[in-house]
Amino acid sequence: MSLLQISEPGESPEPHQRRLAVGIDLGTTHSLVAAVRSSSAECLPDAQGRVLLPSIVHYGAAGGVEVGYEAGTRASDDPANTIASVKRFMGRGVADVAKYGALPYRFVDAPGMVAIETAAGLRSPVQVSAEILKTLRARAEQSLGGELHGAVVTVPAYFDDSQRQATKDAARLAGLNVLRLLNEPTAAAIAYGLDNASEGTFAVFDLGGGTFDLSILRLTRGVFEVLSTSGDSALGGDDFDQAIAVHWRVTHGLADASGRDTRRLLAAARQVKERLTSEESADAQVTLTWGQQLHLGLTRAEFEEITAPLVRKTLGPTRKALRDAGLAVEQIDGVVLVGGATRMPHLQRAVAGYFRREPLVNLDPEQVVALGAAIQANALAGNRAAGDDWLLLDVIPLSLGLETMGGLVEKVIPRNSTIPVARAQEFTTFKDGQTAMAVHVVQGERELVSDCRSLARFELRGIPPMVAGAARIAVTFQVDADGLLSVSARENTTGVSASVVVKPSYGLTDDEVATMLRDGFDHAQADRDARALAEQRVDAEGLLAALRTAIAQDADLLSPEDRAALGAGTASVEVAARGTDHRALKAAVEALNRLSEPFAGRRMDRSVSRALAGRRLDEVASK
Amino acid sequence: MTPEFTRNHFELFGLPVAYDVDPAELERAYRDLQGRVHPDRFASASEAERRVAMQWATRANEAYRTLRNPIDRARYLLALKGFDTGEESNTSMPPDFLMQQMEWRESVEDGRARHDANALEGLRREIGESRTEMHAFLARALGGDRNYDAGCSLVRKLRFLDKIEAEIDDALEAIAESVPALRRAASPKGNA
Repeated sequence: MSLLQISEPGESPEPHQRRLAVGIDLGTTHSLVAAVRSSSAECLPDAQGRVLLPSIVHYGAAGGVEVGYEAGTRASDDPANTIASVKRFMGRGVADVAKYGALPYRFVDAPGMVAIETAAGLRSPVQVSAEILKTLRARAEQSLGGELHGAVVTVPAYFDDSQRQATKDAARLAGLNVLRLLNEPTAAAIAYGLDNASEGTFAVFDLGGGTFDLSILRLTRGVFEVLSTSGDSALGGDDFDQAIAVHWRVTHGLADASGRDTRRLLAAARQVKERLTSEESADAQVTLTWGQQLHLGLTRAEFEEITAPLVRKTLGPTRKALRDAGLAVEQIDGVVLVGGATRMPHLQRAVAGYFRREPLVNLDPEQVVALGAAIQANALAGNRAAGDDWLLLDVIPLSLGLETMGGLVEKVIPRNSTIPVARAQEFTTFKDGQTAMAVHVVQGERELVSDCRSLARFELRGIPPMVAGAARIAVTFQVDADGLLSVSARENTTGVSASVVVKPSYGLTDDEVATMLRDGFDHAQADRDARALAEQRVDAEGLLAALRTAIAQDADLLSPEDRAALGAGTASVEVAARGTDHRALKAAVEALNRLSEPFAGRRMDRSVSRALAGRRLDEVASK
Repeated sequence: MTPEFTRNHFELFGLPVAYDVDPAELERAYRDLQGRVHPDRFASASEAERRVAMQWATRANEAYRTLRNPIDRARYLLALKGFDTGEESNTSMPPDFLMQQMEWRESVEDGRARHDANALEGLRREIGESRTEMHAFLARALGGDRNYDAGCSLVRKLRFLDKIEAEIDDALEAIAESVPALRRAASPKGNA
């Protein structure tokens, strides 16, 4: 919590202050948790020594929830209550999940995002993901021996705002303090780059279970700069299993297999796919629900033929990323493969063929994302070692815009803009006396609103009546370092201004998260209050300590009035911290934060000014 | 509250307010600044500090984006000098430039229709040469000559070149999409 970070970014806290922070790869098929221990990152295993946790959640009728391998064993006998690959449904509507074809779940159209009818009741993909995250959190706390300060959770680079927001909500629901959402290929680049002390321009080709990302990064002197990113958030290893299953359905005349049989076919398809990585042919036995025994076989050549269109699908985004980075294939110094699906030989051949070089595979493609996230989490928690001073500059994957007349999109922030980024666009009224304006925020590259994803709609009201075209309405987009968007609008010709801040429609409010936590039956009210109070006290102590340090360093930036105001704010926090009302304490902390913001701004300004002055002296000295 | 940014983009990076910018120096200054203000440096700091960090990092990104691109940099510098490049309002162009435009546009359409990637690449090189030439003019207009009206006109012309290059890229992309870029390695059907 030290404000010293302003002047000494490389400073490492005392060993006893070391905060426990983990990196979590919340994957479509598997999830992992990793942490930096004795200066190197490692994936944390479960009690059986396994680092992979299958991303499968089983809901029992008696309210029991199983996660991982145990849940996986239920897939064939209770498919409707065994949710696999839930990542594909994050931030997605009914129409989106329909694209995945026959799935054994009972989807319900809920506002913003589909929900799934299970034996334990209606569950949103956010809640299902939270179960996976809770399991990883418990594993980490057990293995690190303490409560977690925070976590970096990875998301596919090509995830849009709704998918990111849903992921962050799931982490909050699992009781995790999200230090950052980190793009998966960027995480891989951190692990890879720091491990190999690499410099140059790299392409990270990340084909996971359900998502595909291609990022181009430049690694120079401790800076990881993402130049461009592209991908397909609905393409992954799962599709290769599907292709095999579809092939068998056709060749064995199983057009109307039930949900249960579908799951059995898919499980067999996955096994066969994995064995074809090293073998020329593979087969599997499947017993269908009506007792029929099937012998299913596939050669590698057949597999490569039926999945060639999927491999080809990765090349469009690859070309696009290179073009956006303004680079030719020859300018890429290395290609890093990430994700279990990149083990497939024909995919490796295609990547090698396109980039005209052998890809790098010296880190486990399934672990590298979690390892990179752990390294970032350790740094964000303030545990940087001296000299461990790298910086990460990432981008947004998809353009953000607004609907204008005629259903057209006006882009406000183009894709591949370095985050955080803010941009304002000015609009006006088109009717005399118009006092309200609808604002519709969309994400995507297409010209028509109907081809882009709708993120949020809101109305700006209270515009003073004026003739058409006289109002000046500035709509401001701000994307933070997690890649999450907030939008505000204000009319500013008349001095009368109205403004509203929206969260995209899939985002949960704090109240909704609180309600969901309440629904989560594993804590009594008193426990939750005690925990909330303890967390708020830690926050409060941190804020007070940081403020004391800041005042000691830069007292001259405060007027007597400022000091008095900060003193009063500090006193209210101290009083509230001695009480037992966590809400009152939260309010006092928020108030003091607001009060201290101008001071924090002036300190930052001073830090920057000193840096500029220092640079000028250096230049003079070197001449 | 939003921080009061009294420095312009050049001053933010400690650079002279001038069109000529050493890209290496700009990049170094940008990285120095981000190293100090980036939200990652304040992930465990107070809410107030995190907000301030986001505003500063946002500002640094905006300034860097503007100064890195020569057209954006020229437009920004002209605005500081009180000149509006008028790219939306002023569409008048010298007739010879307009003729050249029309020829290029026709070549793009032609290349797209005939799926002639080589012709399109050639056209892009040709436009690249024009661009280099115009950048030199721009540097002179905004540098020693202080001819800001000429600067405005060059920025408008360069904007046209940007649009044509984007059209060429789109055409090349359409061609690449229509031909399967990946051919299966020799693996005759059915053997195993």
